Amino acid sequence: MSKNKEKLFSKKNLNLLKDPLDENNPITVQVLGICSALAITVKLKPAIVMSLSVLVVMSVANVIISLMRNLIPSRIRIIVQLVVIATLVILVDQFLKAFVYDVSKELSVFVGLIITNCIIMGRLEAFALGNNVWKSFLDGIGNSFAYGFILIIVAFFRELFGSGTLMGFDVIGYLGLYEYGYVNNGMMILPPMALITCGIIIWLQRIRNKKLVEEN
Amino acid sequence: MDVNKNSYTFSFAAIMVVLIAALLSISYIFLKPFQTKNVELEKKQNILKSVGVNIDRNNSENEYSKYITQELVINQEGDVLEGSAFDIDLSKELKKEVSNQKLPLYISKVNNETKYIIPLIGKGLWGPIWGFISLNEDLNTVFAAVFDHKSETPGLGAEINSYEIFQKNFEGKTIMEGDKFVSIVVQKGGSNGDIHKVDGISGGTITSDGVTDMLKERLEKYIKYFNIISNENKVDKMLKIVQIDEDADTISNVSKRLID
Repeated sequence: MSKNKEKLFSKKNLNLLKDPLDENNPITVQVLGICSALAITVKLKPAIVMSLSVLVVMSVANVIISLMRNLIPSRIRIIVQLVVIATLVILVDQFLKAFVYDVSKELSVFVGLIITNCIIMGRLEAFALGNNVWKSFLDGIGNSFAYGFILIIVAFFRELFGSGTLMGFDVIGYLGLYEYGYVNNGMMILPPMALITCGIIIWLQRIRNKKLVEEN
Repeated sequence: MDVNKNSYTFSFAAIMVVLIAALLSISYIFLKPFQTKNVELEKKQNILKSVGVNIDRNNSENEYSKYITQELVINQEGDVLEGSAFDIDLSKELKKEVSNQKLPLYISKVNNETKYIIPLIGKGLWGPIWGFISLNEDLNTVFAAVFDHKSETPGLGAEINSYEIFQKNFEGKTIMEGDKFVSIVVQKGGSNGDIHKVDGISGGTITSDGVTDMLKERLEKYIKYFNIISNENKVDKMLKIVQIDEDADTISNVSKRLID
């Protein structure tokens, strides 16, 4: 069975966690999951809750699909993936509603957005279907961290400049900047600014990592 | 085993669907009571919040019975019907014809002042919005208002559930201009001090308009009942004055008699 036994945290496996953070970032390099990145980055708190939910759903879905990878008929594999994701999301939603009602209110529509998040389906299709359970799990964690990382950065700037708050705490008011004539930029809370913020992150990332710069 | 055979594909799909359906329905049945309880407690919490009583959701059960004195059900003509306001599902009532709609109305006593609480429900941008608005004894001035939503955009329309940004502005606004019902309008670009207008939320215009429509549509139906009770209140006051007069009269008569 085990041809060449690999350590749990071998270099290759660690790369599964690290790669998505930089060179293979789902948002800034693969440009997936942009839709949810626009929708929920107005405030920091929903962005964090969303990141955590994606973390749970993505890692569990990756594990389940990886477990079933030899049983799934290839012609309906996309449907099977979708069913697994949707079921997980509904279960998570139901549990949240019953036991952590406030968090479920925070998430509201975005629970639905998790189902349609193309990062999750992308990872299932590209990775979990062809790799073992442990690797798929790491891949899920790595990618959702990378996704959450970008989401939180974008949300941080949008909330800070758009509403002057962070996690609902009035930062600008606390620093007393309003008295000097500082005004919140209402544009930051509108969707286009999420794209522009994402664009700036992509730019900065490519200044730092020349490998990512496309030719011509 | 060939996983690509038609028969295998079909049976795989069939088994998967049945298993998933069973899993989902079982979880639904087990979790439903907890979810309903949460929704009920939140409703009580919101009703209390609309009369300025801010409490934890877990305490709302006890506090609710302390503050809310009456749960009335009325109709558009101002008649009081049987039943309790709390059991009325407003979203179902809205589908009925206007004349058959049952209107819930809560009456509460806070610091010895009577407040009338009207439940609201309407349409936002992405889904339903709802809330409670409480009126002072004059049935005109807004004491406080709370709003909530199912799926408005966070940071934009969803701000209707924020007290500081939105709900605070409703306090002290009036819904009547003389005897005419004018409701309260959520105005894009600011209220500019208008007593019937409230500042809208930038980026949340459709949600703001939803609040305007909701207020108008809901409050309008209570006006007849309000006219009836405010007349009753007036009569009550008159009776009190007469009573006081009579009391005074008796005393003066007594003293007169004494003089005689």
